[in-house]
Amino acid sequence: MMDMPIPDAMVLDRRDRIIAGLLDLLPAEAVIHDPMETRAYECDALTAYRCAPLAAVLPATTQEVAAVLRLCHAEGVKVVPRGAGTSLAGGSLPTADSIILGVARMRAVLEVDYPNRFIRVQAGMTNLSVTGAVEEDGFFYAPDPSSQLACAIAGNIGMNSGGAHCLKYGVTTNNLLGVTIVLMDGTVVELGGAHMDAPGLDLLGVVCGSEGQLGVVTEATLRILPKPEGARPVLIGFESNEVAGECVSDIIKAGVLPVAIEFMDRPCIRATEAFAKAGYPDCEALLIIEVEGSAAEIDEQMGLISQIARKHDPVELRESRSADESARIWLGRKSAFGAMGQINDYMCLDGTIPVSSLPHVLRRIGEMSRDYGLEVANVFHAGDGNMHPLILFDANKPGDLERCEQLGADILTLCVEVGGCLTGEHGVGVEKRDLMTAQYDPADLEAQLRVKDAFDPKWLLNPAKVFPLDATASRRAA
Amino acid sequence: MRVSSESELAEAIRDASGPLTVMGGGTRPVGRPVDGTPLSVAGISGIRLHEPGALTLVAAAGTPMTEIEATLAAAGQRLPFEPMDHRALLRTEGSPTIGGAVATNASGPRRVLAGACRDSLIGVRFVDGTGQIVKNGGRVMKNVTGYDLVKLMAGSHGTLGVLSEVAFKVLPRPETEATLVLHGLPAEQAVAAMSAALGSPYEVNGAAHLPDGRTLLRIEGFAASVAYRSEALARQLAEHGRADPVSAHDSVALWAGVRDVAPHLDEPGDVWRLSVKPSDAPGLAARAGGAALFDWGCGLVWLLRPEGEDLRARLGAFQGHATLVRASHETRARIAPFHPEIAPIAALSAGLRARFDPRGILNPGLMG
Repeated sequence: MMDMPIPDAMVLDRRDRIIAGLLDLLPAEAVIHDPMETRAYECDALTAYRCAPLAAVLPATTQEVAAVLRLCHAEGVKVVPRGAGTSLAGGSLPTADSIILGVARMRAVLEVDYPNRFIRVQAGMTNLSVTGAVEEDGFFYAPDPSSQLACAIAGNIGMNSGGAHCLKYGVTTNNLLGVTIVLMDGTVVELGGAHMDAPGLDLLGVVCGSEGQLGVVTEATLRILPKPEGARPVLIGFESNEVAGECVSDIIKAGVLPVAIEFMDRPCIRATEAFAKAGYPDCEALLIIEVEGSAAEIDEQMGLISQIARKHDPVELRESRSADESARIWLGRKSAFGAMGQINDYMCLDGTIPVSSLPHVLRRIGEMSRDYGLEVANVFHAGDGNMHPLILFDANKPGDLERCEQLGADILTLCVEVGGCLTGEHGVGVEKRDLMTAQYDPADLEAQLRVKDAFDPKWLLNPAKVFPLDATASRRAA
Repeated sequence: MRVSSESELAEAIRDASGPLTVMGGGTRPVGRPVDGTPLSVAGISGIRLHEPGALTLVAAAGTPMTEIEATLAAAGQRLPFEPMDHRALLRTEGSPTIGGAVATNASGPRRVLAGACRDSLIGVRFVDGTGQIVKNGGRVMKNVTGYDLVKLMAGSHGTLGVLSEVAFKVLPRPETEATLVLHGLPAEQAVAAMSAALGSPYEVNGAAHLPDGRTLLRIEGFAASVAYRSEALARQLAEHGRADPVSAHDSVALWAGVRDVAPHLDEPGDVWRLSVKPSDAPGLAARAGGAALFDWGCGLVWLLRPEGEDLRARLGAFQGHATLVRASHETRARIAPFHPEIAPIAALSAGLRARFDPRGILNPGLMG
């Protein structure tokens, strides 16, 4: 179980004064302090951990964010930034002595510029609504985390979110041109903008993915791309994970770069088939590979992919020929998480591994799953090695969550051992905080802590996340 | 001083008693001149890992670019970001290294679609100013474990730490390429044509406008696809004039010239590099005067200016930044080569440098 620091009694004692100070800065409806209402902010999508904050504030402008941070800085109050609260890693889990600073009221499009191919938005806009703002004109915003209907750009920047299509288009950091960020002392800074690189150190690069620990992003300039002429998937089933893995590698080696290569294993195929009835074959491993372009280009790439796949004796190979068939192929994959939720509670992991280690890692996960007596289904982005093992458990059964967490930790440690990492797109948050020492030596962590020292010397922004608590204790106490 | 391993590098930095001038191949002397003991990492060399099926390459920082390119080419792959070779522009000799490309975030014409060096970089090992070895990122292309020091190190010119190893996501080398050439457009119309091309679905991955009035648009991929897309693009650009295709062979040479700033190579004068919003570029170039080479769909402008001129004073305030890339030692000591940062950003940068290099010995003052 994850420990959180003991709340600062001095701050709790000053609760009324702090809330009065916030009410001086913001309209009354933007300051949530009734204990019945602050409970709405007690957790994000990592629901196993909950704690109501001292208060939650919902500023509407960068200036209001700056005013709140200046007050909290002066009062020594910790601040936990929150986008839409969809973090699976507990990135916006509060502590009792902290203020939740939500950007949910900051949802405006500020500027759309097609000739220069960017959009500037307030950071509370949802990921999908960014694409929504430009798609009628033939553009889209590329990063597409599976929570894209709900998740906010602020959180995408905080976690450097990815998605299914990043093999071709990259993750958030590759599509982020600039931010307006408010530092903990209330200073408002513009990093980047409509131009393509930094004048000095790449501060934008280190802010993206810093999990709300360096500043609060209030506005973002995002790169938008012209929509491809078309896209179609092919579904390929195999009798073994090894062969599916080899097929992925051969396709990449042949010079084809699909926009997405999704992989599902047998437990996942069976669960989604029972739930969504997409007509998937009952086999050991399934690939969904999507390519883009004009109809002729898609045919050419599909031909190459099918030719390579046939050399690996697939049990099924189904090229989509219509929008309807494409939707059916994607149906199971897109229902995978929902299907798991029907069976039981589940924990979704997010480690990345070198693609070459795929068969070994899947075999080891199978063995661990048997040892722990907990079922694990695998669905993931195979082109980039970003795995999403789903561990099924029963939250009402005493001890199950702890065993699930332990199995999760073992799987993530395995990812690191084969040359990968703990998290590919969800972030560390509280969930993987205590595993950081498996991936990084003390000196590696110290270098990261120094970055936080430079941005937030008092360690007030989201301080109990990302790093093991004992590694940050002296800084948080100072 | 020349070191041949990461541990020797760490020792050299730990034992240093004064400023160090950090270099790889020594072919990219940019920034404010540093009066320090030369420290070369060219001896830390060799490809550590290349997995074609995983699109991954890991190499020691001193590995020559030629070795990196040859290894990738043998597997039908390449670096996505088309790094510039600075030798002709800066009139240097030697062998450019992969570490030098990262330290300068050297990114060529393909940056406009495929991203900069920092976008392909997925892992680093470096030695900080205290002699401590640090790693960040790794060898997988999706990794959000902890802070992204990988991006911070790219383009930090050795001022936060000295790179010892770098890891990249690489891409397949396309089967062929084609370039469309439009003739005689003034810069304002060229930027419009380039914006239309880059806003099309045809995956234009090079968009440049040369001082001689030619506008170049590049498409790469499988042969049939390249043929289809170049024809479709030429049709779409009809209102901007006739787009003539050139052969793949000529296309390669044209883009090498854009990448290495060929139009300014043999001309006397200083060379400035502007990074701006594309639609602002023609106006700024006109305000500056002189020959201009536009790349990145006009997001990048290479300006040839009289020796010793302070271009920033001439341009006044604008969005983006100007870097003095080629100038005499004396000029680079007098005019800040890197664009001065506003106070809060300068404070953050100084804070980072003070923490990564508390003695201030790594290329001190190079970036301002």
